[in-house]
Order: sequence, then structure tokens, then C-alpha cells
Amino acid sequence: MENKVKLKIDGVEVQVEKGKTILDAARSQNIHIPTLCHHEDLCVAGNCRVCVVEQVGTRNLVASCATPAADGMEIRTNSLKVRNARKHIIELLLSEHNADCTKCYKNGNCELQALASELKNTEHMFLDLVERKTFTVDMYSPSIIKDDSRCIRCQRCVRTCEELQHVSALGVAHKGDRMKISTFFDHPMFEVVCTNCGQCVNRCPTGALIERNYIDEVWDAIYDEDKFVVVQTAPATRVALGEALDLPPGEIVTGKMVAALRRMGFNAVLDTDWSADLTIMEEGTELLTRLKKALVDKDPNVALPMTTSCSPGWIKFIEHTFPEMLPNVSTCKSPQQMFGAIAKTYYANKMGVDPAKMVVVSIMPCTAKKFEADRPEMRSSGFKDVDLVLTTRELGIMIRQAGLDFNSLPDEDYDSVLGQSSGAAVIFGATGGVMEAALRTAYEIVTGREVPFEGLNITPVRGMEGVREASIEIRDTLPDWKFLEGVELRTVVAHGLTNAKQVMQWVKEGKKSYHFIEIMACPGGCLGGGGQPIPTNAEIRAKRAEAIYREDAGKAIRKSHENPEIIAIYKEFLGEPLSHKSHELLHTHYVERNRY
Amino acid sequence: MANNKPLKKVDLIFSEAFLNRDELKEVLSRSADEVIQELLDSGLRGRGGAGFPTGLKWKFTRDQKDPEKYVVCNADEGEPGTFKDREILDRVGRKVFNGMALCARTIGAKEGYLYLRGEYRFLLPKLYQILDEFHEDMKALGMDFHIDIKLGSGAYVCGEESALFESMQGDRGEPRNKPPYPTEYGFRGKPTVINNVETFVSALIINRIGAEKYQKLGTVDSRGSKLFSISGDTPIPGIYELELGMTVEQFVNEFGDGDTKAVQVGGAAGFCVPRKKFTDTIIGFEGVPTGGSMMLFNSSRSMYNVLHNYLDFFKEESCGQCTPCRVGCQQLFLGIEAVKRGEKPASYLETLLKLSQTMKITAKCGLGQSVGNSFHSIVNNFREEMIY
Repeated sequence: MENKVKLKIDGVEVQVEKGKTILDAARSQNIHIPTLCHHEDLCVAGNCRVCVVEQVGTRNLVASCATPAADGMEIRTNSLKVRNARKHIIELLLSEHNADCTKCYKNGNCELQALASELKNTEHMFLDLVERKTFTVDMYSPSIIKDDSRCIRCQRCVRTCEELQHVSALGVAHKGDRMKISTFFDHPMFEVVCTNCGQCVNRCPTGALIERNYIDEVWDAIYDEDKFVVVQTAPATRVALGEALDLPPGEIVTGKMVAALRRMGFNAVLDTDWSADLTIMEEGTELLTRLKKALVDKDPNVALPMTTSCSPGWIKFIEHTFPEMLPNVSTCKSPQQMFGAIAKTYYANKMGVDPAKMVVVSIMPCTAKKFEADRPEMRSSGFKDVDLVLTTRELGIMIRQAGLDFNSLPDEDYDSVLGQSSGAAVIFGATGGVMEAALRTAYEIVTGREVPFEGLNITPVRGMEGVREASIEIRDTLPDWKFLEGVELRTVVAHGLTNAKQVMQWVKEGKKSYHFIEIMACPGGCLGGGGQPIPTNAEIRAKRAEAIYREDAGKAIRKSHENPEIIAIYKEFLGEPLSHKSHELLHTHYVERNRY
Repeated sequence: MANNKPLKKVDLIFSEAFLNRDELKEVLSRSADEVIQELLDSGLRGRGGAGFPTGLKWKFTRDQKDPEKYVVCNADEGEPGTFKDREILDRVGRKVFNGMALCARTIGAKEGYLYLRGEYRFLLPKLYQILDEFHEDMKALGMDFHIDIKLGSGAYVCGEESALFESMQGDRGEPRNKPPYPTEYGFRGKPTVINNVETFVSALIINRIGAEKYQKLGTVDSRGSKLFSISGDTPIPGIYELELGMTVEQFVNEFGDGDTKAVQVGGAAGFCVPRKKFTDTIIGFEGVPTGGSMMLFNSSRSMYNVLHNYLDFFKEESCGQCTPCRVGCQQLFLGIEAVKRGEKPASYLETLLKLSQTMKITAKCGLGQSVGNSFHSIVNNFREEMIY
């Protein structure tokens, strides 16, 4: 009883835990209080003031998101005083917002627009401040566009960048009427520490931060008779795309997505999951090779622990933040880029297509992938390996543009080759997935036996805890791997760059020692990526994760090294993992970047 | 008429008393309960303008269990028209530090800070010299208390207590959500007493002369005397210590130039009192409260210009985080311009008055909440000047 408080909201008795806010209490009773700056993933800001309510007995209204519920409170969420104030606040926000909705990319998916529509603010009683000021639009980044004229200063982006990602590329500058969200000395996003992770884009309630979209470019390529357009779909897209098309979170829509892409006119619908399996072969072997060099050859130049390299947000983060630890990052390209390099060489050859005329499009849960595809290192096929990158959201828009009734589409299979995949590849989309996939393969290479976990489910590395450590003892190795006998393989999984930074700090200071580190820039891994449907929050991430593990469990092949198309490419083209050809096409290097 | 009697001038703040080590030793010998009770009995309310009972503030902080507590002196004197804290620090800085030591002893703090307005940097050499002596005395008296000075950088909003803490911590000076209040969650998230410069001095004086004597000054709601910074159309501008509870009429009789048409009480964040209300408006918490700023305007002044100037100030000095303050200030500023130019009808003033009311009840901190004070009192009393 001591830990509960009792209050009254709109005449309804509510009992909530101590420390909960008035907003929490109202929501527990399905009493709707509009909000804007509030986001479940972030700390309370209390700055938009849209959620003000009347606390009987106090002169001023209180922000329900920021005020703790207290015993005996009597709250009115819809009194005349509240209604008038709320109307004023929305009007004020609209007066400094470039509300030219039909010219806005977020038209139809904008929280301010929804609120204006809900409250029917059609009066526009105040002066238009937008036309009295000049605003800049930052369009230099290949991933993110920042349009200050649409910003309502809710600071969700600032809190995201600081709390979830510890990047702080975005901050508040100036005060009063000149106050704005800015970067270091107002440099373009492209030139600062921004990792392009897009978490800010995912949380921006308006069109102030959006992904740079390549929808028209992709349609142009599809309609170009001269081009052979190949599309690849990332693991996490198939459990989230449904949300962009009015399906509930956690729905697996792999088959419908393939059907939609085929109907849209792509020449081949292929799977990034395939190259995720390829990544495991390369990265697993790289890890074992590094261990061998360290343990057998006693090579002092070998960098351990090794970290994963699939997440381009993470790569740019470490390039800025811990450049001295770049040797620790696996040299493997991400599955997206491995796919591109193979598509324009092995696949083009097999299909008899001129790689110069091939366009590789990828569907990603990610905005950083757009930047990654643009990196100068990513041209090992002799062309730009991946031409155009779309987010899950952009694909949702294109499916609507194509007039497809997504929900009634049949389930279809990927084309072959580069279309077959294992369950290990699917789980790349969840935090801990790459670790689990790598262990399934590496353990079997070393011992000849499956990982000692029921149903191959390595549960210690799963979950949503920010940092998860797990170790696995290696026993009864095959003769080639005798040096690993009795070794306790120590691993750690971190997601969200704040957690990543913590782990790397530990390693740097020698406080912890690991062999293998998996890092994903976004909370929850790719399933919570910056390019995923809006909204994304803890509850939705959990549903997507559950769907991913369901998809894995339902796969006939669960281990990367058993994927027949992977076995085939090594036989026909690459030779073996870390071969000369592999190095040429599938591995890369990194660059040191500035710390601002 | 009673309200025509001359003002009672007082000399407590700047008097030479209570400056030395022995005086300090005397006052520090009192128990925390005694000190707090004395303050409660005296009726002392914060001299920065908001007027929270000082005794309660000290009591709430004393009652906090956390062993780490702070005493902070708010010397970010930024309210337009006030300059009394500068004078206190310049003339009797030691009294401020003694008052802080009394507070520290009462609540159980080991560290104190003076948050000094950036423009008062010139006071630093003097203050550091006084602090050296003060710290020596602390040592001699066997008290573990140290005071440091932090400089502001010119933002008005940093005078708001929670924004001041943020600024001291090296963060952007933005007000926090309240509750929790500083007595519970202040500097570095620890229980903190933050008082105005003058409040610390008054608290010290009260604990020397006794609440009973102090109580004799002022009215029921506004006990004691306080400093007034007097400027504008007056032949005798300056700083005066006056008994609280006078009417504006009495004040104008003393300080006006014979042609006073309005007095702005409490600075840009305060209220404008027009001539017709001089006789029945009391300067104090029962009428118009003030942190000390008193600006007199004679009939040569345009009240439109006065308001325009205040709003220009607010739209620039709002921290910008909350909607009602950031956008509201701009709308009020541009709104009165639009009415003046005839771009908006005179009835638009009503819309703006309602907006200023919304700002008052929804803004996150005192800044946005008080913009409506001057707006309301000037627009309502000088409506013709706004339109023609």
C-alpha cells in the first residue's frame, strides 16, 4: 500500500505505483491526454506543454508527463481551462511550424498534423512566424535531411542522440526566438559525429528530420528497360514492414513482401539473409583465425577482442570515438555490401547480365546503410556495389504507390540464387543474433558438434538487456583446433551506442576481457533500426524480436554453413572463407574520423 | 491621509554591524532549530521576488536525509531595473558570506556557491579578498564550510533557480521540471538552499536582532524592510532600504518627478501600476510584489514603447524550450506591432491578452509565467497607447 498512490482523474479513482506520472495514471485508465515531446524511450522533457492538465486547487496547469501522481490529487484532463490552453499551445506550435503539409514527406505520418486534426485547429489565430524567418535545410547527408522550418523544438532528437546513442551530434543552440536544434558549429550533419543511425528520424514527431528518400530513383531504375534491377531485403524488414501497411506489430510478412517486390517490377527478388550467412562464414573464420594467431603463433599484433562490423552506425561511431581500436573491428563487410559485391560479379556472371547495367537496390531497416553504400571503399565489384538503399518505411510508401493491397497478396519465395537462407541469418535482425549465428557455426567448425543449447537457441545472448555477457567452454575439439581445448570463449552483446561505448570503454581500460563482441548501433538491433516504421518503442521492438525468433525456429536450415547456396558459392567462386577472392570482394578497411 | 505619511527609511542591510568574526561566532552558536524558528517568526520571505518563506526553505532542506547538501547564493541579478545585489556585494559582501555560513550550519552543508552575474566580473578581486578572510575565520571557528564563486554568462533565465543549477553544472541553462524542488533536488541533484543575496543578509540580521524587532517593520504579509532599486523618471535614482507595506502613492510622493504616470514594480516580469491606482496599491506581497526593481515613467513616455521593449527582452531571453514561452513571447511582441501598424484590428489585443493568460498558467518556469504580468497591466491600463 505504501508504494501506491491514489488519485482521481476526470472523476475516476486511479491507483498507481509511486513515482508514476499523471500521464501514466491516465493512460492506465485509457484516458487520452495528447502529447508531443513525450516518448517512451526517452527521459521526460516536459517542454511542449501539450499535455497540461488541471490539478484542482492549484493556479497553474501542470504538465502531466512531468508531474508525479500524488495521493489525493484531483485531475481534470478536459476542463475549459485545459481545452483553451491546449488550443493555444497547438496554435503556437503551428504558427512557428512550416505547415505546408502537402509538400512534406511526413504528410500523413506527423504527430503535429494528427493533433491539429484531432483538435480541429482551423482558426490559425496567431501570426505566421515561419514567413518572417529564414530557415536552412541540411541536405548534404546521404542518409538524413534536417529541415529547421518543420522543427517544433520538442528535443526528442537531442535526447535520443544523447541518451540512447551517446553521440550528441544534435544539441540545442541559442535561446529565445533564435533557439534551434543544431550541430557542432552548425556544420552539416554529414560533417559531424552523426552516425546516420536515424534514431532521431524515427522519433521526430514532424518532418524536421527525415530519411533522404530514393523512391523516385528506384522507380526510374525499374522502368528503365535497359537496367536489370535486383532487390535485396534485410532480415529485420520482414517483421516490421507490415506496420507501415496497417498490420499490427510482430507480423511476419516475408512472403507478401517478396510478392509485392515482384509485382512492383524488380527483375530479381533476393535476400540479404543469404549474404548474412556468407558473413557468418567469413566472420566466424576470421575470429577463429585471430584466436589461432593469438594463441598458437603468439602474434602480438593480433587485435582481440574482435567486434562485429554489420552495423554501419556502429562503424562510423567507432571511427569517430575509438579510432585506436579500429584493428579490433572485423574486416568483413556488412551483409548488404557483401551482397552487392557478389551480385555484380558472381551473380551477374551466372545470370549473364552486364554488371554495368545492373542496379542493386536494398531494403533496409536503417538509414546508415544509405551512407554505407556511398562509402568509397564499397566499390570492389568495379561498380558501386549497392546502388540505392531504401528504408522499410520507403518500401511501405512504394507499395502503396503501386496500388497493391498488401494484405491480400500471396506468400511467394525469393528467387535463386542469392535467395536461400538459414535461420541463423534471420536473427541478424535482433540484438544478439549475429553472436548466436556465429556461435552456431564456429562451435561446430571447432568441435564437429552442434552448440550445446536446446533447439540451437542460445538464449543467454538473447533479450533486451543493454549489455549481455555470455561464455561458452570449448571441449573435445577436432584435431585441427586442439589449441582451443578448454578455452572459455567470452562474448558480450551490446545494442544502442550508449551501451556500445560502455563496453568499448571497459575493453580499452582493460577492465573486461572478451574474445568476441557484437555491437548494434540501434536499440534492439536492426529490428529497432532508424529506418523502421514509426512509432518504434520498447513494446513494438519486443514484438518484432519475438517474430524474428519465430521465423528462425520455423526454418528448415538453422545454421549458415549448411545453406546450400553458400556451400555452392565457395565451391564455384570463392574457394574458402578468407580466400584471396573473399578478401577482394567481402572485406574492407576503416578510416579515422574527427571527434566533433 | 494615512498613506501620505513619509516613508520609513531603514538602515539594516548596509549597516556596519554583523561584519566581523565575533559577530559570526555569536550567530553560529545558535542551534538549527532556533535559527529556523527565528526566521519563521520573522515572516521573512525571499527577496528575489517570488517571496517563498525563507524559514520553510531552510527547514525543508535541513530535514532532507542526504548528507551532501549545498548553499547557493543567487547573485545573477538580471531583472531589468534592479541593481541592489551588486551594491550589497560591493559594500557588505562579508555579510552575504556570513549569512551563507549561517545557512550551511543550519542545514548541514559543507560547500557553498555564489553564482555571480557575468557582468559583475569587476567585483571578483574584492570578493575573493573577502572570501580569503572569511575562510580563515571559518578555520578559526572550526567550521568546515567553503564558498566558491561561479560566473554566469549573461542569460536572464539563469536567474531561475533550476536553470542556475544547470548552468553551474556546466549544462545549458534551462529550467527543470518542478517538482522536485531545490530543497530536495538542487545543485548536482542534492538538497540545496538557494536564496537571493539580500535574503542571506536579512536572515543573518534577523538572527542577530531577533524576529520580534524585525517583525515590527512592514505588514502582516510583508514583514521587514527591503532594498529598492529606483530608476527612470526620478530626480533621485539609487538604492534605498524602505519598510515594506507602503502604497505606490507614498512611493511616488517621495521619488517621483511630479509627473509620474506609471510605476513598473518588479521589473519586466512585474506589474505596471497606472496613476489612477497609486493610492490603493500596496507594494508588497498583498499588492504588487517586487524583487526591488522600481521604474518610474512620466507622461513623456510611450507605454507602447515600454511594453515593446520588455517583450523584445523576453522573446530573446526565453530559454526557448517550452512552447508557451518561446512562441508566446514572439507572438505578443509581433502582435502589438501588428496592432500598432493597423495590420491587425484592435480586438486582436483581446486574443493576445488570452494568450498571455495561457502563458501564465502553462509555461514551465517563472519566466514564461510572468510575461503576462506586465503585458496585462500595460495593455489593460494603457489600451489607447497600444492602438493609436
